[in-house]
Amino acid sequence: MTRTARRTRRTRRTLQVAGAGAAALLALSACSSSDDDASDSSSAKSDASASASSADKLSGTVTVFAAASLKESFTTLGEQFEKEHPGTKVTFSFGGSDSLAASITGGAPADVFASASPKTMKIVTDAGDASGTPATFVRNELEIATLPGNPDKIASLKDLTKSDLKVVLCDKEVPCGAAAEKALDASKLKLTPVSYEQDVKAALTKVELKEADAAVVYKTDVHAAGDKVEGVEFPESDDAINDYPIVPLKDAQNTAGAEAFIALVQSAEGQKVLTEAGFLKP
Amino acid sequence: MTFPVDKSGAAADTLRGGPRRRRVRTGEGTGGRGVPLPLLVPALIGLAFLIVPLIALLVRAPWRSLPDLLTSAEVWQALRLSLVCATAATAVSLVIGVPLAWLLARVEFPGRGLVRALVTLPLVLPPVVGGVALLMALGRNGIVGKWLDTSFGITLPFTTTGVVIAEAFVAMPFLVISVEGTLRAADPRFEEAAATLGASRFTAFRRVTLPLIAPGIAAGAVLAWARALGEFGATITFAGNFPGRTQTMPLSVYLALQSDPEAAIALSLVLLAVSVAVLAGLRDRWMTAG
Repeated sequence: MTRTARRTRRTRRTLQVAGAGAAALLALSACSSSDDDASDSSSAKSDASASASSADKLSGTVTVFAAASLKESFTTLGEQFEKEHPGTKVTFSFGGSDSLAASITGGAPADVFASASPKTMKIVTDAGDASGTPATFVRNELEIATLPGNPDKIASLKDLTKSDLKVVLCDKEVPCGAAAEKALDASKLKLTPVSYEQDVKAALTKVELKEADAAVVYKTDVHAAGDKVEGVEFPESDDAINDYPIVPLKDAQNTAGAEAFIALVQSAEGQKVLTEAGFLKP
Repeated sequence: MTFPVDKSGAAADTLRGGPRRRRVRTGEGTGGRGVPLPLLVPALIGLAFLIVPLIALLVRAPWRSLPDLLTSAEVWQALRLSLVCATAATAVSLVIGVPLAWLLARVEFPGRGLVRALVTLPLVLPPVVGGVALLMALGRNGIVGKWLDTSFGITLPFTTTGVVIAEAFVAMPFLVISVEGTLRAADPRFEEAAATLGASRFTAFRRVTLPLIAPGIAAGAVLAWARALGEFGATITFAGNFPGRTQTMPLSVYLALQSDPEAAIALSLVLLAVSVAVLAGLRDRWMTAG
């Protein structure tokens, strides 16, 4: 009898341990989904009043997936949005456009997707996850980032091909690298960098740390880096201007909120914030 | 975090093949008879947790396009660079790591505990931060790098040497911890006996200690090699990414993921297959020796 009692106690303890292990795993995965639950309760409410024009009746959370280069300007716009519509909350997930697109097609709950290239937007529209057609809301132009004071006297894309210069480019798999390649091809220049960086911020960091003499990055990145780098504009960048599309998503929990946020981005005040960050008007 | 001598195959225990070693219990595969349930259940959960993602990779692998990928010159270039750099990083770790482990285990000096903690720091440092730290030390503007550049004209970032340095920085702690644990478990009386017979401390280390801790060194080296092979963050930050010079396999996998996830999975499989083959081969080697 006592043995069976012990046996049951033992299995119970085992279950507890197993439960604890499972709970730990759940807790790990819950990090990614905890903030969506908050929008679930409110989504029902916003669906009920889902007449997109009644912007004054907005509530709940708007989840925006946006390219990393939009971080500064979108954060500002998010605060504006919350001020204009009391009771709403805008949560952002900033990252590389391609990984964001991958998580949206993988079923991540988001209301708005703003990407740094039509190519990555196409991933989402092809998968049928977008509602409507994406609209270009800003454009971004390439610029050469040099060391402060431009000691190497870089004035054009051609100057980067000097053999004693350490230049970093983005890898051609990421938007800024593809754009740089386009600009180089258009000007028929051959440039061998010391490294093809994994994203635009990494390329910029190499110049900020003075490990590289120059990098081809976006105007907005040079802008965000402040006085740590100096920007040099070059005419060939006209051949490789990047469009930034934005679209509400089909599985949006907060359709009205998504529409309203996109409207704000495209409005005069939204455009003002974006151009101040170095973006070009569409 | 120490590895006793008889566990010297711990790193390679998950690999199939290789002769069976002497085991404490031979109740393997008997459905847990004699294994307490509270240990078995979490152990199985742990095992599943580690293995299921790998199985998922195998399931989702683009088997049809594998041959094309494997014959592409870029893959071979990246793979060769990975193997060469990981091996070089392991060699560097052995040359400076084993003496360091010996120092930590056998020599009493003030602040030894602190030094031991410092040695293991790269284990917990986010790899990208490790890369930045290396840049600040050995970069063109780094504390040491500036002097290297002005006096010898040596610049390390964006070179293959840089890859080896980044990998060794991240992988060496594994070796040091492993060897130091082995040394502390090893019986110092053999060394003392050698000393009474007139051997100098260095001779005793060379002729007595080294053979004694060889399995521990081998285990540590394998761990370090495997860690170096998979190194991504410190490498891309310190050495950058240039095909044939600094683009190791993990870097090409990461970049392939941006445009062609299937290719990335296939490349990961290549890396896994190669490391499994090498580790299994090594395990055979030192099991017959030890």
